[in-house]
Amino acid sequence: MEDLERLREELTSAVAGTADTQALEELRVSALGKKGQITGLMKGLGGMDPDERKAMGQALNALKAEVADAIEARKAALEDVELDAGLETDRIDVTLPVRPEMQGRIHPISQTIDEIVAVLGEMGFNIAEGPDIEDDWHNFTALNIPPDHPARQEHDTFYLPGEQDGERMVLRTHTSPVQIRSMQNGDPPFRLIVPGRTYRCDYDATHSPMFHQVEGLAVDKTTHMGNLKGCLIEFCRAFFDVDDLPVRFRASYFPFTEPSAEVDIGCTREGGAFRIGHGDDWLEILGCGMVNPKVLENCGVDPTEYQGFAFGMGVERLAMLKYGIPDLRTFYETDLRWLKHYGFRALDVPSMVGGLNR
Amino acid sequence: MKFTLAWLKEHLDTNRELDAILDKLTVIGLEVEKVTDRAKGLETFMVGHVLEARQHPDADRLRVCRVDTGDGTEHQVVCGAPNARAGMKGVFAAEGSYIPGTDITLKKAEIRGVESRGMLLSEREMGISDEHEGIVELPEDTPIGAAAIEVMGLDDPIVEIAITPNRGDCLGVRGIARDLAAAGIGTMKPLDTKPIPGKFESPIDVIFDFPDDKKDACPYFIGRYVKGVRNRPSPAWVQDKLLAVGLRPISALVDITNLVTIELGRPLHVFDAAKVTGNVRPRMAHDGEELFALDGKTYTMDAEMCVIADDVKAEALGGIMGSEESGCTEDTTDVFIECAYFDPIRTAMTGRKLNLQSDARFRFERGVDPAFLEPAMEIATRLVVEFCGGEPSHVVVAGGAPDWQKSITLRHERVRTLGGVDLDAGEISRILKVLGFSHARKGDSFETQVPSWRPDIVGEACLVEEVVRIHGYDNIPAEPMSLMGTLPHAARTVDQTRRADARRVLASRGMTEAVTYSFLAEKDAALFGEVADAIKLANPISADLDVMRGSILPNLINAAVRNGARGIADTALFEVGPQFTGDQPDDQTVAATGIRTGNNGIRHWAGKPRPVDAFDAKADVIAVLDEIGIATDRLQISTKTPAYFHPARSGTFQQGPKNTLAYFGDVHPRILKALDIAGPVAAFEILLDNLPKPKRKKDAARAHLMLSAYQKVSRDFAFLVDTDVTAAKVAAAASQADKQLITETEVFDVFAGGNVEVGKKSLALSVTLQAMDRTLTDVEIDAVADKVVANVAKATGATLRG
Repeated sequence: MEDLERLREELTSAVAGTADTQALEELRVSALGKKGQITGLMKGLGGMDPDERKAMGQALNALKAEVADAIEARKAALEDVELDAGLETDRIDVTLPVRPEMQGRIHPISQTIDEIVAVLGEMGFNIAEGPDIEDDWHNFTALNIPPDHPARQEHDTFYLPGEQDGERMVLRTHTSPVQIRSMQNGDPPFRLIVPGRTYRCDYDATHSPMFHQVEGLAVDKTTHMGNLKGCLIEFCRAFFDVDDLPVRFRASYFPFTEPSAEVDIGCTREGGAFRIGHGDDWLEILGCGMVNPKVLENCGVDPTEYQGFAFGMGVERLAMLKYGIPDLRTFYETDLRWLKHYGFRALDVPSMVGGLNR
Repeated sequence: MKFTLAWLKEHLDTNRELDAILDKLTVIGLEVEKVTDRAKGLETFMVGHVLEARQHPDADRLRVCRVDTGDGTEHQVVCGAPNARAGMKGVFAAEGSYIPGTDITLKKAEIRGVESRGMLLSEREMGISDEHEGIVELPEDTPIGAAAIEVMGLDDPIVEIAITPNRGDCLGVRGIARDLAAAGIGTMKPLDTKPIPGKFESPIDVIFDFPDDKKDACPYFIGRYVKGVRNRPSPAWVQDKLLAVGLRPISALVDITNLVTIELGRPLHVFDAAKVTGNVRPRMAHDGEELFALDGKTYTMDAEMCVIADDVKAEALGGIMGSEESGCTEDTTDVFIECAYFDPIRTAMTGRKLNLQSDARFRFERGVDPAFLEPAMEIATRLVVEFCGGEPSHVVVAGGAPDWQKSITLRHERVRTLGGVDLDAGEISRILKVLGFSHARKGDSFETQVPSWRPDIVGEACLVEEVVRIHGYDNIPAEPMSLMGTLPHAARTVDQTRRADARRVLASRGMTEAVTYSFLAEKDAALFGEVADAIKLANPISADLDVMRGSILPNLINAAVRNGARGIADTALFEVGPQFTGDQPDDQTVAATGIRTGNNGIRHWAGKPRPVDAFDAKADVIAVLDEIGIATDRLQISTKTPAYFHPARSGTFQQGPKNTLAYFGDVHPRILKALDIAGPVAAFEILLDNLPKPKRKKDAARAHLMLSAYQKVSRDFAFLVDTDVTAAKVAAAASQADKQLITETEVFDVFAGGNVEVGKKSLALSVTLQAMDRTLTDVEIDAVADKVVANVAKATGATLRG
């Protein structure tokens, strides 16, 4: 029995002393394998008398279990060490660049239109559309712009060779003809906005032959100028994200509205930096007014029963002011450096719930 | 429209500050564009009396002047002006003054050995005009030492306002004063229109010579003969006024017409009576008739233009400009003053046709007051007699004012229900009265007479505008819009949402959105299909932008070329916008079009970039269609594509044989060459308008989800097929072997060359089987596999590769 106690001490200290899993496995074979020491001792049990065999058998089994457990524990420890050592050889340079993915962008014009729609959509305006190629009647006459009006002259309007019912085809000079089409094809009340491309035969630092407008129209039995002010003041404040933005209405003239107004927002140029908000200066941003009764009449809407307002704003102008884009012409140049700088991320979808601005 | 503050105050009695007046002008619709304070920087210049001007000892052209500035000091000034002489009064700038016209600060100087302290100034040196012939000469009675800005009238700010096309009445200082008076800035001063008695019958008569259908070209003409005038320069105060508003003084007779034009919005013309043959005959021009006008140019007229002629020839373009020949000169002694009414539309058309702008045209085409001819003639006569002497004839009157009288009823409540502001009747009445609208109360209405100078007022809404404009838009309380239900409906239609989605999907796939012009150069457009005549612009802004686009692709490819020139060769661009086949509404469709050029990425340590190809474009199409909710696996793909795609490397998504949803593929090398881009360029065009509309469902619930609890198994097959057999055909044949058990079929390898015989290719596909109710046995799986092989062989002639 003392031999067994010695063997136990020998084996447990050998287990503790193994340096790696391979040495441990060799030790396991030499102790517990078919020809191992403990196995050999167990083979000797057959020659013992029953009492001795019983006592020896119990002792041997206990020893075998103890050694096996020690080997398992040692093995787990050694494997951890070896794994850690192996992982270290897999070290990567985490500062290396990731695999390339191209960055897409949404154009500021699309984003700005989405913003305008997000605000006005909350006030019950729906989007309407119409063709870019219009006839004289829808673009001018129906809007109470008489044939001798300067805007109808060649130098402002792009003409096409065709005619429709004797009216020349033009590239629409504003989104207002969609008012006409919508009113002709529907029944009041109307509350619609029309984002779209518009065209004027003019090209310099502040004019582009193509630009975008958003037209608005609200026609029912009661909408008056106070509502027009309420709608547009709220719009300006939400769009520019300035809660107390000063908004000024001043008298103006458009053939298709009566009364007509232009809308200014407050701004400051103090210290050479332009900023929208409270300040000593005003900036014109849109035109509006109460729909001229003649326009309603031209669309088959009874002006003695219905009334309402219309407004029109330049998308690029709003974008330039809001986002500090200095040059109108750059919008259409498709310069990827510009688009990356001024463009918007795909998931930056404006809404009143999520906010218009990131 | 320019005027000075002092000029305005000749008509408006007010003690309001300039800023208050300017603010009011802008809010009532007379938008202030510019205010020029001419006195700025000139405050220290004073009136100097030249006591002596002797020849410079050492320079022929210079004089040495002694200048007295009234404060007991004398200044010695060396002056090169030819008009510098003893006894004159000029503008003196002392040593240390800044001279705006030359951007110099004066220092004591020695000019050719003679000391000079200060300077006598020309108008150019003062920065008030380009005049530099000599130094400023002030009238003899000018007080010495007075501030030059005061005696020269420069302390009077010049205001420039924008006049909207409806407000012809504000193209005269008095009209502006009237609006301001209504808006509470002072009161109107009376206008002196006292008749000047005529002494004799005018030897020139006015005889209309119009055909019946053109009588409205000039329905009303007042003339007056003044004999024995002397046409000298007009008085300084007249010249100052004209200069202030940017007009050059010419002679008293011409200056009077300009003065009345600016002050009262009433253009006039003065003929040299000696050069008028016979009588004055307003008539239509003859086709081809010529007029040598006062601007020194000859205009060829046609029979739609109104002229003022004498018995022989045209002497003026009615309402626009007189002729050089019958104009007044220094030698003029007898004149015939014209004060007429010309039709606005005809005047505008004539001016446009001849490309001839004038102050007169600008006013006539906006409508001058048809009832103000006789008072204007009296004012003009008074000025002629005052400035030039002479004796006026009786007034010659031909025709009469066109019908301008209008009565409009303004219901009191409309100010509130349309204008949005509740005003009491007294205030409405006051505003109307000051603006010149006489009216009578009738119940709750105002029976209003529109004044002759407001042709723009045509209905009740116009009167509401007048009242609220003058009351002030700022005083209208802002009210929220009425609710149309508590929650708004979706603002976008299905089509609009799809366009928005297409943009966001493509941007999320690394593509950048472009917005390019709807027009482009015809030569580029023609590469992408025939350009219909109907979409060729009649007046393009340039030859590069002369036709409407039939496809967005050329614009995007050209954009890629430009970016390439800036060193960005790998681009991924898209645009969602209109394209055109004709000029009718239905000819305009919306496409989501994109290109990828160069490589699909940059050089990178983990892998090489790959040139873009048709499958990049195909993936973009699938991504958009998926997002929109169109199952692309149920669409057909044909190889029939527009000619601008590579004929062998492009495809079309179709729904049935007729409806084309999208094109994708490599762009044709011929197109790339023509547009000068190296390539490769992979492109797609999604025809958004052709996409099937979503079916209206009863509710938003999805179909019932059935999931199998049993193992699925995959078997791989490699088929040898003819090269022209498509992967889709092989996959479809495999799928149809057992529609119940086969859940997926995926082509995962294509191989040709090597040990595959010429004309053949190897297609490898993986077929997945799964049953809803059991685990499949080997026997069942083998049976399906055999059927797959048989089906594919039958449909495509394929053999299983060994």
